[in-house]
Amino acid sequence: MNDSASAAPVLSVKGLKAYYRTTYFGVNREVKAVDGVDFEVQRNEIYGLAGESSSGKTTLIKTIAAALKPPLEIVAGRVDFSFAPNILRMKSDDLDSLRWRHLSYIVQGSMSVFNPVRRIRQAFVDFAFRHINKPRAEFDKLVDAHLARVKLEPSVLNAYPHELSGGMRQRVTIALATICRPDFIIADEPTTALDVIVQKNVLDMIREIQREIGSSVLLVTHDLGVHAHLADRLGIMYAGRIVEEAPTEDLFRNPLHPYTAHLVSSLPRIGDAAPRKGLEGSPPSLAAPPEGCRFHPRCPLAMARCRTEVPPLITVKPGHRAACFAITR
Amino acid sequence: MLELDHVSKDYVRGGLLSRQRIQAVDDVSFRLESGQPEIFAIIGESGSGKSTLASMILNLVQPSMGHLRFEGTDLAGIRSKAERLKFMAQVQPIFQNPFEAFNPLKQLDHYLFMTARRFTAAKDDAAAMRCADEALVKVGLSLAEVRGRFPHELSGGQLQRIAVARALIPSPKLIIADEPVSMVDASLRMSIVNLFKTLRDDLCISIIYITHDLATAYYISDRIIIMRRGKVVEEGDAKTVLDNPQHAYSKQLKDAVLIPHISSPVHATKGKISHV
Repeated sequence: MNDSASAAPVLSVKGLKAYYRTTYFGVNREVKAVDGVDFEVQRNEIYGLAGESSSGKTTLIKTIAAALKPPLEIVAGRVDFSFAPNILRMKSDDLDSLRWRHLSYIVQGSMSVFNPVRRIRQAFVDFAFRHINKPRAEFDKLVDAHLARVKLEPSVLNAYPHELSGGMRQRVTIALATICRPDFIIADEPTTALDVIVQKNVLDMIREIQREIGSSVLLVTHDLGVHAHLADRLGIMYAGRIVEEAPTEDLFRNPLHPYTAHLVSSLPRIGDAAPRKGLEGSPPSLAAPPEGCRFHPRCPLAMARCRTEVPPLITVKPGHRAACFAITR
Repeated sequence: MLELDHVSKDYVRGGLLSRQRIQAVDDVSFRLESGQPEIFAIIGESGSGKSTLASMILNLVQPSMGHLRFEGTDLAGIRSKAERLKFMAQVQPIFQNPFEAFNPLKQLDHYLFMTARRFTAAKDDAAAMRCADEALVKVGLSLAEVRGRFPHELSGGQLQRIAVARALIPSPKLIIADEPVSMVDASLRMSIVNLFKTLRDDLCISIIYITHDLATAYYISDRIIIMRRGKVVEEGDAKTVLDNPQHAYSKQLKDAVLIPHISSPVHATKGKISHV
């Protein structure tokens, strides 16, 4: 998908810093959840974002969707969508008309998305009716046709959320997120709660629909297997920063950053029982991250320079960027 | 050591008129031999009955039919407190989510001391601390690191290590680990999995490893059973079964595993496993 790099990207994030800032009894506390993130997502591309818990993935999504609530603050940087330049400065009325029509969201726990006492049909009306300027009868037909795309019977519209299985519910959320044919879809851990066999079907369905309506997807999950299956390009986040970015296959075949290299090599595989090592140490606390490169306390290649300077994310070869002095010196 | 003899469990759901029977576990039999420690994996999706089976082995749930025997004693025959404590000292659990297993308001060493006072000969605080420290050293930690800490101060990987240390205090013969790594971060997951290998090889503890993750099961287990809707559909040597599954459902499970295609593992470490 990188051949269209000359075309304008659908999403471009530049120098984004988002911190949680609190003051209690005169004590200032700052959690640097997103600290200098740059990336672009092209049209018709699935961009994967991988990272451990508390690496800042969720904060990044919130910032991109301009869903900011104190204590989360934007400290620097900007976020531009092709349909909404500088979304962080937009008024909330404008954001309302934009969301779901252009920018939609597939959420993690499909049980908590739906109101448990409203039927699925009403959920579709609540979310999408006002964005589709059509009379109700036509809207209903549209919903039926769209459900057929995710291989669901129209009868599920009359069901309550608890009557559907986990896989069916997740397919309904996908239908809900794509009914307005949005330009950009954020998928936050879309299959974490699902069983293995169902997970694969749901992922294939996301891919199918994405290809059909031509939107871009930002896929966020910690599961590298899911990324390998679905993402076109992959960014690896560690402690609030992107440390490596490359086309998925390239990243798995030839990881450059020591953190990525460890993640890829430690994946257990069926048919290969060679011993694998865990990484020493723990992910850093974002309230007091280490100076310099945030990976240096756990890094096998750490040098004196890594302790003081922050390595920039540099293009090592076309389409492949990494932030590590050991590679880019 | 442990013998399951045609064990079944059904739950009844609904009221008088809409009574439904749900077979959570349906006629499962297997044996773990004493004297040959092994990692025995139980694989299944949600609703396959694997957690019900674990509860029955821990004697938390009674089977509707069949018998479970541990070291020759029928678990249904355990009545008195002394007998129950003796059984609990030999069979210990490790749970899925370490953040839920520990009370956030209690210091972690509290759990270690409680277990030491209850199950070992430790008569005073000094002896309990020694027990706790010994167990923590086995998992690569020390009491100095854990003393006075609360669960939120540690990462998921460290907490899961402490859960393992707690289970080790009574010197058990069998550990039941229910999805022990699914909530642990990717960079720490393999060190926990390797820890289970060390427990088997160095401390001669058998482990029942319950999971839906075929790849880690292939990596550590010696024998596996694959369960579907309460029934065992395939069983045998882990490598043989997963390399070449016979049952249609096992094949389906294996096909659904998402594994990046790499020609050869680039940085695969050879030689001795380091247990960090």
